[in-house]
Parts: sequence; structure tokens; C-alpha cells
Amino acid sequence: MPADTASDPDGSASDPAEPVSVTGWGRTAPTTARVVRPRTYEEAAAAVRACGVRGGIARGLGRAYGDAAQNAGGAVLDMTGLDRVHAIDVDGGTVLCDAGVSLHRLMEVLLPLGWFVPVTPGTRQVTVGGAIGADIHGKNHHVSGSFARHVLSFELLTADGAIRTVGRGTPLFDATAGGMGLTGVILTATVRLQPVETSLMSVDTERTADLDDLMARLTATDHRYRYSVAWIDLLARGRSTGRSVLTRGEHAPLDALPPRARRRPLAFRPPRFPSAPAFVPEGLLGRGTVGLFNELWYRKAPRARTGELQRIPAFFHPLDGVPHWNRIYGRGGFVQYQFVVGHGREEALRRIVRRIAERRCPSFLAVLKRFGEGDPGWLSFPMPGWTLALDIPANLPRLGAFLDELDEEVAGAGGRVYLAKDARLRPELLADMYPRLTEFRELRAELDPRGVFTSDLSRRLDL
Amino acid sequence: MKDAFGAPQSLLILGGTSEIALATARRLIARRTRTVWLAGRPSPALERDAEHLRALGADVRTLAFDALDPESHETVLGKVFTEGDLDMVLLAFGVLGDQARDEREPVAAARIAQTNYTGAVSALLVCARALQTQGHGSLVVLSSVAGERARRSNFIYGSSKAGLDAFAQGLGDALHGTGVHVMVVRPGFVRTKMTAGRAEGPLATTPEAVATAVEVGLRRRSETVWVPGALRLVMAVLRHVPRAVFRRLPI
Repeated sequence: MPADTASDPDGSASDPAEPVSVTGWGRTAPTTARVVRPRTYEEAAAAVRACGVRGGIARGLGRAYGDAAQNAGGAVLDMTGLDRVHAIDVDGGTVLCDAGVSLHRLMEVLLPLGWFVPVTPGTRQVTVGGAIGADIHGKNHHVSGSFARHVLSFELLTADGAIRTVGRGTPLFDATAGGMGLTGVILTATVRLQPVETSLMSVDTERTADLDDLMARLTATDHRYRYSVAWIDLLARGRSTGRSVLTRGEHAPLDALPPRARRRPLAFRPPRFPSAPAFVPEGLLGRGTVGLFNELWYRKAPRARTGELQRIPAFFHPLDGVPHWNRIYGRGGFVQYQFVVGHGREEALRRIVRRIAERRCPSFLAVLKRFGEGDPGWLSFPMPGWTLALDIPANLPRLGAFLDELDEEVAGAGGRVYLAKDARLRPELLADMYPRLTEFRELRAELDPRGVFTSDLSRRLDL
Repeated sequence: MKDAFGAPQSLLILGGTSEIALATARRLIARRTRTVWLAGRPSPALERDAEHLRALGADVRTLAFDALDPESHETVLGKVFTEGDLDMVLLAFGVLGDQARDEREPVAAARIAQTNYTGAVSALLVCARALQTQGHGSLVVLSSVAGERARRSNFIYGSSKAGLDAFAQGLGDALHGTGVHVMVVRPGFVRTKMTAGRAEGPLATTPEAVATAVEVGLRRRSETVWVPGALRLVMAVLRHVPRAVFRRLPI
């Protein structure tokens, strides 16, 4: 299937003039584009100038689930060739690096120096440029906000071919943070870092009986932890609807480590398992298998455990150990549905969780998190409240209509869905979900009147 | 753009008064389709069909298109693509003819072949090139179970669909990897005004059922869709029945 070559386009190996099939991480809706891999800022500028009528879009490591980093018939700029870390301020805790540098690379470089990235999502395999473009969040959102909040400035290659230095608090900064790459191509960024004493996490785990129990615990004690997220069993019904395993943690201080580990407290050696096979039969992850997995996962979690030491990959990025894990959903791919509803809208969240449980969506990667303050990016996703993310195989019958109904619930409760994960939102709902969409469109019309920066996402949702 | 489930936002129908095509359009408008082009010979019926689809909330435009005039296809269809991306093209035109009469009137028989096959060839090639340029899109071709194996009772129509079917399969292979998806739909006997008054074949179906199958096929990115699905098996057997037996079968 052409989509396979697509998940990580390797520009160095392929002829840039030859269109290749590109998909997002969910492997749905493939389209073809010329993939160009600039190695210098000049090459990036030349690629933008050469985009042609169908425009171009920057792409990092392709972890956006939907069509954000595809551009049918146009150009896709694979930014992973711009991967230099330029300068680290070891005392002040900032790093200046190219946009194509991955968070994985940053961790390798920074952890031995006692610094950590300010925000990490569920995978290290995202680039700094993508982290800004999607304004990603992590388990520390309730304390630290989203990624762009820790970005001091970045350099942006705009449609006119100019390279602008964009500082915090400017309209262009706030349009680009969460702007899905549609304001231009980020070339470099200066990011503020998080000091750590060790590369281990001190983790508290608890099981909750149902959704209300979970929300009560999060409301009461989340502020005590820097990192917090709950895995939620969306196949459990009846009284245990929304039962979860809540894991919360901190960077472990040096004195929490056993003596042996104290000798190399900042070691970072992520484990690597074999890739998921290229072909997986459809329907492997059905209700039976996922139900069984969820049951075991819930049962194996301790009722309550405190102060367990975990490595960074195990705590933050458990799936990164299995390359191409997205193949497990088979040829049909999967969609990830992530929404947020504000505080005081718990009833909407309960209704949605109940509906998903009753619908028996086989979802084993479902997480619930309590967000902190919203972020300044115009199209940034987070808002204070509750966010739920779940994976669903795309071949589930009538899934499209079902998710549309959930969208109505979300929009009705003043919430929104996450564009970095979206592959199917009804365009008419976008303006309700993102009230600053008009400003975003105006800025884009002014900055990029010819629409040089275009993606399948921007076409589909008319961004 | 199509969404993760293959639901198109814009649709061009070649053969705008086809009942199967209109049922498909209704179904897709209920999902994501907002722009519809109905291409066909200008007629009050075409305008009426457009009006019906408008009532469902789509922006519908009609387009004068004649399958029997391949010279015009490039201009007529090319113009549609300049007005924006088309996520799906549904080739639905076709004439059934009257087997007994057409056997006596070779000119009438040739017109069936010209409409169903020759006209489709040029229209499909024009659309395929445009879709390839935009890097995405589905080309859905209404073939027929009649094209799978020619029958005594309708081989003029059947042979034209056989040609169309073979062409569409080849085109699908040629476009593999270009982002353009070609889907061949092979319905059995469909109850429409085109087939009204004819003896129903076994496994008869409806335009709505074909529309549903098209929607599912888009989601799965299928290359061949049989409606109803059981026909795949039935035809797999019939295809291998010896001629002497086949010609005696009451089908």
C-alpha cells in the first residue's frame, strides 16, 4: 500500500519531483505530494518559492494523526533534515535549535546536563517545529501549559520568502502557536527548559472505581503533582463506566534514588523493541481483544502505590518502544478523537463517556486529563477543563456519524476537538470551537494572500 | 478533501439524472458533501434533480455534458476542475437499450457502445488526469454485473459494460500510487426507471443499496464493489460455467 512508504517520507532516498503518497499517523486518507527535504535554510526558502499553485506545508515526524502534514498535489517540506542543536544555555536553561530536531534528540542532549524539555506529549518522536505548530500539551498541562508557552522566540519563513524573528506576545507568534504550519515554516526556536536532578520519575498510581471517582481525585489533588494523566477503560459499562488507572508523578530528586542509581542519575537509554509488522489483519483489535486487554490492564494496576521509580520512556512514552505501532490497526488505519470541555461541563463529559462505553468502541488507548489555564495561541487546543483522547479503528461501521454526534455534544458544551488529531471534523463546527478562527483567517489572508501554505487539513476545514 | 472515512466534500456526477447517482449524492450530502456538479444533457429533469439535492443543503450546479461528444469532454469537464478540487467523480451515465430491437438496428446498438464505453473512456481519462494533478480523489465507475459475463438476453449492453469495466480496472492500476482511487461498482439488477417493466433478475437491489455500498467502498478504499455483496460469489461460479450450460440458464 502506498500509504506505507508515506508514514515517514525519506526525502533523501526518493526523487523530490516524484509525488509520493503521504498520510498522518492514523494512516487514513492518503494523498500524494512532492516531498522535499531541505538541509539548509536557503534550501527551505527555495522550496517555499518553488511550491507552485498547490502550495506547500511543513512536516516533521508525521505524528499528527490526521491530514495536518499532507498536501495533495503540492509540496510537503520534510523538516527533519534541519536537525541541529545550536546552543544550550546550561546556566539559564534554554536551548536554541532547528525546528526539525526531535524531542527525543533534545532529551538525549539535555538530560545529561540536568535539563528536560518543558512539555512532552505521549511520544518523543515529534519535532520542535511540530510541537509549536500543534501547540502540543503533555501530562503537565495543569501546571505548565502547552509547549508554546515555553518558547521564547522562533524564526519563521513566511510566504514572501522572508525569515522573521517572532517573539512572544506578538500576533504572529500566537497565530503560529497551534496554527498547524499555516503561517509559515518554523526554522529555529528558542525554548525554555525544565531543570531536573535525575532522569527518573517518582510515580504514584491509583485505581479509580468510575469516572466520578476519577474526576473527584483529579480535582482534589492534581495540584500536588507536576505530571498527571489517567488511562480510562472505555469498554467498562454500568457501575464501572469510566474506571481508570491514575498515574501522577514528579521528577525524582537525587536523594530518592537508590545508591546504585545515584552514580549515573541522568542516564537516558530508551528501550527499543521490534517494529510492529508491516501487515496486520483488520479487526485484530476488536471488542474481544481490547476488552480483555483493558480488563487485565485495570486489574494489574495497583490499587494504590506511591513513590515508584520509573524511567522517562516508561512514564511518558510507553508506545515509543515499538516503532510503527500505528500499524496494529491494519490497513484501514485509525482515528484519534480528542476533545476538551470546560470546568462545569462535567455532565457533557459523563454523557460522552457513557455513549462511547455503550457503543462498545474498541479503544485501548484512552486517556483523560485535567487541563490547566488555556494558552494564548489562537488555535491552541487546551482550555481549562477535561480532555479525553481515544483511538478507534477507522473501519468501525458508522463511526463517522457517531463521532459527529459527539462533536455536537462537545460544541454544545463550549468545547473543542484537537486539530492535530483530527481527520474528520465537520467544517461548520470549527468556528464554534475556535472563536479566534476569524482573526487567524484574516492574518493568513494578509500574510499569505496566495495561500502558499496549504495542507489537506486547511482545505478540508477551510482554515 | 475526503475525511478519514472517505466521505467526499465535493462531487461530480457524470450522468446527473441517474437514480443510482442521485441516491449516492443524497447519502453523501448527509455526510460531508457540500458541492455537487450534475453533468448531463440539459433537461428539465436534470434541473429538477438539482433542485432536490439543493433542498438537502448542498450547493448544486448543473453542467451540459454529452457522453456521445468526446471532443467536448476536455473543455467541459476541465472547466469544473478549475473551480476547485473534486474529491469524487461518479461516472453513472449509461443506456440499457432494447436488446431485441438493437440486434436488428446496428446503428442503435453502436450508440449504446458509444455511450457506455467510448464516451466513458474519454470522460474518465479527462477526469483521471485532473484528479492526478490535484493529488487525491476517487473515481467511482458504475459498471454492471452484466459486464462480468455476456448473456444471450442483453449482450449488447453487457459487452459495453464489460469494456468499461476492463478499462476502469486498468485505469485503477495505472493510477495506483498517484493518490487517485478508482472504484468499480458492479450492481446486479437495480430497480429504477431504466429497468422498469423488465423481469427482475435474482438478487435484485435498489439505488439506495448501491449508494450505501459506494459509501462503504469509499471508506475501505475498495477497488471492486458488488451490490449486493453475494453477487461476488455467484458470479465467481457463473464465470466458470461451461458455455453450453450457461446459454441455457434462465438468466
